[in-house]
Amino acid sequence: MTNAWISGTIIALLAGAVGFFVVLRGSAFAAHAIPNGAFAGAAGANLVGINPLFGLVVFALGAAFGISSMSRRTRSDVATALALVMMLALGAAFLATSSAYEPAVNALLFGEILGVSSSEILPVVVLAVVCALGLTLLYRPLLFSSIASELAVAKGVNVRLIDTLFLVVVALSSALAVPVVGALLTFSLMIGPPAAARIVTSSAHRALALSVVFSLLTLWAAVASSYWTDLPIGFFVGTMSAAIYLAARAWMRLDSRRSRRALA
Amino acid sequence: MVRWILEPGLFSNGTVRTALLLGALVSVVSGVVGIFTVLRGQSFAGHALTDVATAGGSGAALASLSPLLGFVGGGVIGAGAMDAIGVQRVKDRDVATGVVLGAATGLSALFLYLITLQTSTTGSTQSILFGSIFTVGPSTLPDVALLSVVVLVGVMVIRRPLLMGSISPELAAARGVRLRMVGIAFMVMLAAAVGLSAIAIGSILSTALLIGPPASALKVVSRLSHAVVLASVLGVMATWLGIVFAYDSYYWFGSGRGLPVSFFVVADVLVEFVAVNLVARRRRLRVVEEPATTAMPEQVGWI
Repeated sequence: MTNAWISGTIIALLAGAVGFFVVLRGSAFAAHAIPNGAFAGAAGANLVGINPLFGLVVFALGAAFGISSMSRRTRSDVATALALVMMLALGAAFLATSSAYEPAVNALLFGEILGVSSSEILPVVVLAVVCALGLTLLYRPLLFSSIASELAVAKGVNVRLIDTLFLVVVALSSALAVPVVGALLTFSLMIGPPAAARIVTSSAHRALALSVVFSLLTLWAAVASSYWTDLPIGFFVGTMSAAIYLAARAWMRLDSRRSRRALA
Repeated sequence: MVRWILEPGLFSNGTVRTALLLGALVSVVSGVVGIFTVLRGQSFAGHALTDVATAGGSGAALASLSPLLGFVGGGVIGAGAMDAIGVQRVKDRDVATGVVLGAATGLSALFLYLITLQTSTTGSTQSILFGSIFTVGPSTLPDVALLSVVVLVGVMVIRRPLLMGSISPELAAARGVRLRMVGIAFMVMLAAAVGLSAIAIGSILSTALLIGPPASALKVVSRLSHAVVLASVLGVMATWLGIVFAYDSYYWFGSGRGLPVSFFVVADVLVEFVAVNLVARRRRLRVVEEPATTAMPEQVGWI
């Protein structure tokens, strides 16, 4: 349980920060496709009998590079869809040829809070530090190219390189989040809380900080609820992420109505 | 040689015959709806609705309702939710799709977990999530056929305003097209088409056939009618080849254990995409040499 709290907290911090840029750049589809690629990697690692983390990282990176290289040929949403189905089909083939134990597969898809052993904490910490460092280095050009991409191009920022590097950060953070939160729900942690934060404040820095806070609250509440009810953590992460977004919208609507009434 | 490619008994097998028919039907519907999905840049919504439909399907399985109702109903409700959150601006669309997708996958997680508690059978999660064309009985065929016809007729009816709204929203609005209405109508058809294919061939293939063949067709063909026909043909080809390979693969390893159909169909879809890209590039090189022979897509009769 302690392991789940530690790794969950690290994942939430990272997902909140990465998710802020995912929402800002409108790359939700890529953030959905990459964890699914990681899932295929875990299934493949299981088949050949190597450390699943290795499979997760390699396939998540493969999905990221696949999306960014195919985006040069075709629209990026089409490229993402094709990369996604390729990864999922490989995953299905790996699962069909290996005799994977079904609960283990479900854990990878929907998350398993008790699936973290203390020996797995160290790689999670190392990967998280790498991601945090990458995000810090990328922070200024990434923010610049996300908000004003034409201007960034004109100023000589290599937008394409920034985009690829960002997808690499998404891939690494997905690889560490998938075993805990699950391939299908890692994505919702990167969308709901950041989108809620962007509604509540218009300042980029404040939105980034709030996004991390919301994501932490969502994950902690989800881990606790899953522990008490014995229901899968994915259910709580998915619905709570959506709930926090809807709550932020409702709150803003009430707020603007109140201020209008105060003026009148 | 023929015997080597087509394992004996392929066409006399009832399951395979149903799969070939269903696959063709769904590929055509996906090809037609997919052309507009790709043109409108709604691949993400198209994929997300599959997962939303899956949540509906697992909910229906839990409540022992008709799975077709669950898949299609779930998809349509999801499309409505996306519209309610806001799909007008492109960036809002991304978030709206993402929030609905996240909530729906959360529900799938719950439903599938409850199903495994209830039935204690294994394999249900994967069969609902990944699907297999071989598991559909012939009894679903009439329902799927009926819904397919409804979707195809619906797209036919709104094709002109839809196309205009997809290519040039300003022009369409100026000509009095009600973009929002057309957009909602299309989302409902997309949800129905995707729900249909998710139940018939599984969610992986649903996205593969919705996006792959239409994206390939749009690379080489510039008329709408041609693109629709080519996308359907490419889709049916990929599906049929995939089914044949999957059937054969039961004999490849000698263990009576084949690779999944979805793997082969996706591989075929990707091979087609790469091949079409090569053709398009060669054609572009030729066009540079003799530019007079080509016309802009708009001139050839897009609208």
